[in-house]
Amino acid sequence: MLPKDRGAESATATLRRGLRMMPEFRHGLPLTFLLALVATAGRVVVPIAVQQTLDRGLGAPGGPDIGLVRELVAICAVVVLVTGVAVYRMNVRLFRTTETALAGLRVRAFRHVHDLSVLHQQGQRRGSLVSRVTSDVDQLSVFMQWGGVLGLVSLGQLVVATVVMAVYSWQLTLLVLVCFIPLGVAVKFFARRLATVYGLVRERIGDVLAAVGESVVGAPTVRAYGIRARTAARLDRAIDRHYRASVDAQKTTAAVYVSGEFVAAVANAAVVVVGVWLGIGGHISAGTLVAFLFLVTLFVAPVQTASEVLNEAQNAVAGFRRVLDVLDTEPDVQDPAVADPEHARGLPPGPLDVRFDHVGFGYAPGARKALDGVDLAIAPRTRVAIVGETGSGKTTFAKLVTRLMDPTEGRVLVGGVPLTEVAFASLRERVVMVPQDGFLFDASIADNVRYGRPALTDAEITAAFDELGLGDWLRGLSDGVRTPVGQRGESLSAGERQLVAVARAYVADPDLLVLDEATSAVDPATEMRLTRALDALTDGRTTLTIAHRLSTAERADEVLVVDAGRVVQRGRHADLVDAPGPYAGLHASWRRSSGRQPEPVV
Amino acid sequence: MPRRRDAVVRRGLRHIGRAVSEQRAMFTLALLGSSLYAGMTVASAYVIGGITDRVLLPSFDDGATTGAALGLAALAILVVAVLKIVGIIGRRLFAGIMSYRLMADYRRRVTGQYLRLPLSWHQRHPTGQLLSNANSDVEASWFFVAPLPFACGALVMVAITVVALVLTDPLLAVVGLVVFPLVFVINAVYSQVMSPRMERAQQLRAEVSEIAHESFDAALVVKTLGREDDEARRFAVKADELRDGLVAVGRVRGLFDPMMEALPNLGTLAVLLVGAERVADGATQAGDLVSIAYLFTLLALPIRAIGWVLADLPRAMAGFDRVTPVLQATGEIPHGPDAAPTGETGATVALRGVEFRHEGAPRPTLQGITFDVAAGRTLAVVGPTGSGKSTLAGLLVRLVDPDRGTVELDGVDLRTLREGEVSSQVAFVAQSTFLFDDTVRDNVTLGGDFTDEQVHEALRTAAAEDFVARLPGGLDTHVGERGASLSGGQRQRLAIARAVIRHPRLLVLDDATSAVDPSVEARILDALRATDHPATVVVVAYRQATIALADEVVWIENGRLVARGAHEELLAQVPGYARLVRAYQPPEADAAERETAGAQA
Ligand SMILES: Nc1ncnc2c1ncn2[C@@H]1O[C@H](COP(=O)(O)OP(=O)(O)OP(=O)(O)O)[C@@H](O)[C@H]1O
Ligand SMILES: Nc1ncnc2c1ncn2[C@@H]1O[C@H](COP(=O)(O)OP(=O)(O)OP(=O)(O)O)[C@@H](O)[C@H]1O
Ligand SMILES: [Mg+2]
Ligand SMILES: [Mg+2]
Repeated sequence: MLPKDRGAESATATLRRGLRMMPEFRHGLPLTFLLALVATAGRVVVPIAVQQTLDRGLGAPGGPDIGLVRELVAICAVVVLVTGVAVYRMNVRLFRTTETALAGLRVRAFRHVHDLSVLHQQGQRRGSLVSRVTSDVDQLSVFMQWGGVLGLVSLGQLVVATVVMAVYSWQLTLLVLVCFIPLGVAVKFFARRLATVYGLVRERIGDVLAAVGESVVGAPTVRAYGIRARTAARLDRAIDRHYRASVDAQKTTAAVYVSGEFVAAVANAAVVVVGVWLGIGGHISAGTLVAFLFLVTLFVAPVQTASEVLNEAQNAVAGFRRVLDVLDTEPDVQDPAVADPEHARGLPPGPLDVRFDHVGFGYAPGARKALDGVDLAIAPRTRVAIVGETGSGKTTFAKLVTRLMDPTEGRVLVGGVPLTEVAFASLRERVVMVPQDGFLFDASIADNVRYGRPALTDAEITAAFDELGLGDWLRGLSDGVRTPVGQRGESLSAGERQLVAVARAYVADPDLLVLDEATSAVDPATEMRLTRALDALTDGRTTLTIAHRLSTAERADEVLVVDAGRVVQRGRHADLVDAPGPYAGLHASWRRSSGRQPEPVV
Repeated sequence: MPRRRDAVVRRGLRHIGRAVSEQRAMFTLALLGSSLYAGMTVASAYVIGGITDRVLLPSFDDGATTGAALGLAALAILVVAVLKIVGIIGRRLFAGIMSYRLMADYRRRVTGQYLRLPLSWHQRHPTGQLLSNANSDVEASWFFVAPLPFACGALVMVAITVVALVLTDPLLAVVGLVVFPLVFVINAVYSQVMSPRMERAQQLRAEVSEIAHESFDAALVVKTLGREDDEARRFAVKADELRDGLVAVGRVRGLFDPMMEALPNLGTLAVLLVGAERVADGATQAGDLVSIAYLFTLLALPIRAIGWVLADLPRAMAGFDRVTPVLQATGEIPHGPDAAPTGETGATVALRGVEFRHEGAPRPTLQGITFDVAAGRTLAVVGPTGSGKSTLAGLLVRLVDPDRGTVELDGVDLRTLREGEVSSQVAFVAQSTFLFDDTVRDNVTLGGDFTDEQVHEALRTAAAEDFVARLPGGLDTHVGERGASLSGGQRQRLAIARAVIRHPRLLVLDDATSAVDPSVEARILDALRATDHPATVVVVAYRQATIALADEVVWIENGRLVARGAHEELLAQVPGYARLVRAYQPPEADAAERETAGAQA
């Protein structure tokens, strides 16, 4: 699982960590910052300038001073325009840098997901992962494009207002600051609370997406079992939980916002009371006090903006954390070319052998081992069949040979090299597996086959199907290799999907081919034709074939019998079939089922 | 062109209307909150003014004051502030609830449609896109609602201000009010420029989500072929397009916002300039001008609030336009009024002249299929890969309807049955098993009313009891998305248990035992037939043993029912059938052939 909730980490730490992950963001930042400063200055100056025009120009002693008004208006207009242009330029720059940075972040997170085994091994929900590279990232942009600058602006306003206030009366300024101290203290608490509620919102939307994804992908099951109401109820529950989390978040943000408002009122009241008292003591004049009351509003406005920014920041941080959590999850299988380039090696040229050196594997610590004490060597160029009952550990074996995961005990060597030292580039080129559930992309058959070897032309792909004895099947399709296969290949029949998946692995031309139930849904006649063709074509390679149909075992050079995580028998079919042990039983049952013996009496 | 501009704005306004009319109560409450807030904002100015006149100045003049007067002043400030806070809370909370309710509501409607629409519709729509419709498109549709009540409250503020302006000095009012038409003109242009960009951005969002979903779905293939970097590149291309799309949006938005910010300021300056002349001419009092100028500064915020709503409208429309086709899609499988015939015995099944063509397929997948199965009998469906067996199975359980002909259960056309009736009589184990991200128990019961006893019994029948017992949590073990933490055969057995626990009158097994040992399969079929009232079973199979268990076999080739009869009959009469079921058989020929193949190679 991905690590959960980093509640302990502070928002700034998350932001800092995040910015480190987005080098693009820093690009051109100084100029943007400069523009932001101009914009800030402009936004602070404009209201003051207008204020001055009113006070000095119109309210001048002895009637309005038209000339002065004109000058001031002209200056104001220039300031307004300059501010506008600065804001515009800054916005555009910010949009560009943040979107570039976020696109980079998306791609990095996406790429990293493919390094993790969370998908195929732990059933991490795809919908939720999709949200991490889509909406969680989107959440960041609002803050980075508006929040950050707005925060800057309000900070500027705050400083200016404080300075001006202090010029009028340092005592009252102190008073105002004291009033706001509790708010400053509470900010930490607010931030934590906001982080929690927003974190929950992000998590809930991930749940919604997972539920939607499941109900869409499982649509046939939902219909066949008439469980629409139940599925709808599950979806509603997820949607409702997201709704409630959002409303909770809204309540929190409202509370944060109004606490600023309340403190401002307290400050105002305090200024009135203390101001009058100071006035009576002769420390300040009435004019100063009146002016000061106006200044307090200038001080309060940015505080409120800042609380809004705090909201946005925490929202962004919540999305950020979910993205960073993906990026921070160490892949359980590391490409040595990345992790340890010094010791990374390629596989030796030529046929490959396989060695399991006291290998054990458990899917979870403490759980029953899926493989235990497997110690064997497979010579190069051999055709090995792996058989065993359901759940005995065959797929686990295949995943270890192809290094989809690393053994928890012992090591696996291919071509004499420990797999942990083999660079992925070399490993994936030379060792290819056709997994139990072949997956096709929503593209044409040709594109899917090309996935195994990108440079192939359509003609070469057609030729490959011919070599595999599937030419007739291919020609029977409406558009030959151009036939689209639909989402997940669902416009093809299950058997046809497997044919394409095998062709895809075949054109990849590996030296070690692992077939995990690769033809389980193909009709026996086609299967025999295909496997024979494949046998001939992969002659001289090492192949590991997992199958419940023991016809493969009969033809294999060697049979490995797996039982409850252990390899309990190995040898040639002819030798095993009459020897005591599970193989004899498996084969007898197969023989009966394939009709080579009278049916069992039931 | 102006027509279209008009349309964009009008559609936007209609969209606002939709939001308001669907959430009247929340909107009213939020509007009340906004009004209270607006009122108290004005009141606070008066309070400060009043305090200045009545408390501050007198006490400065007198050099003394009373505690009561000061207390009253402080109290007035606090009371107004508290009322204002109530207004803010009301506005924010109810506006938030309003927008989240709309989102939740539309998410429910959209996902409801996903569950209602036929499988052919699903095949046309990538999962990633459907995720994006339910998520970012719905969110975009109602995002603008949060500041809406505030903006509406602001409209009231604007109206009051305008009246005050006109009363004070009509000419100055006109000068200043030029700002308003400008706001709307700028907005109309903005909407028009923004709309296509927003549409594109939402479209790209969906595409990014599509690639992500497909690629994560394909994780194992990607990994085993070492194509992670290529996938990342494929994703990066779209992510970059999305970036460009969003930057294009940002460019327009980045211009619009400072314009909206500058307008009220410029309006104020214009008023000051013209006003000063008029004061000089003696046409207006300086005092009036000051108050007009103040009124204008007051207007800045509401105008910006209105700007926020307007600025988000193109995005809302882009999102909503993507949600609408889902909501309006039809093609839901129609249901009739009847209850399914019930009974103790297995159901009879009949297909009459059934023809079916998959959407987009050039020719029918199944043609002229007619056969029936008597109650309690077992029929094996055999045919080469891609001949149409799964399609046939789907018709039997009414995943799809035939284009021609009928599928009947106990003599009743499936189409005349009420929703849920078919699945109450029929259970289906599909060729590709699908497990929910749930516990073992829930995957078997699917929420049905079954005791643990029954669950165990079903697991026993499906030969799944042993491995379930070994799972860390037994029946309560979570199996992960699509059953990721189980082996292929284990998943298949759970799917079988799911079917048998229902004691269906018709059981359709579509190659559901490919990963199950033959002996186990025999046990499963025996258990189904051993009862007094055995279910009718239609089983798609390749194994001779399975076929042999059937009372009758139909041989499907190229979507046509070519032959039917007992296994032995077909073996003798249909060469294709014999070739298929005997493919593994003559080991001698096998070996001989292999030698020739080897010699050729
Ligand atoms: N991701 C996983 N998490 C936890 N346990 C797992 C996981 N994958 C497999 N297992 C367990 O490990 C054992 C071996 O599984 P494996 O998939 O290797 O079996 P298999 O021999 O391939 O079976 P089948 O013939 O059904 O495909 C099973 O008991 C299974 O439940
Ligand atoms: N959704 C679809 N759109 C277009 N064509 C389809 C679709 N589903 C199936 N087909 C085509 O219809 C034919 C029959 O498919 P079906 O899945 O019924 O075959 P099948 O007999 O079950 O094969 P298998 O033995 O491989 O499971 C195939 O040629 C397939 O390509
Ligand atoms: Mg397996
Ligand atoms: Mg099929």
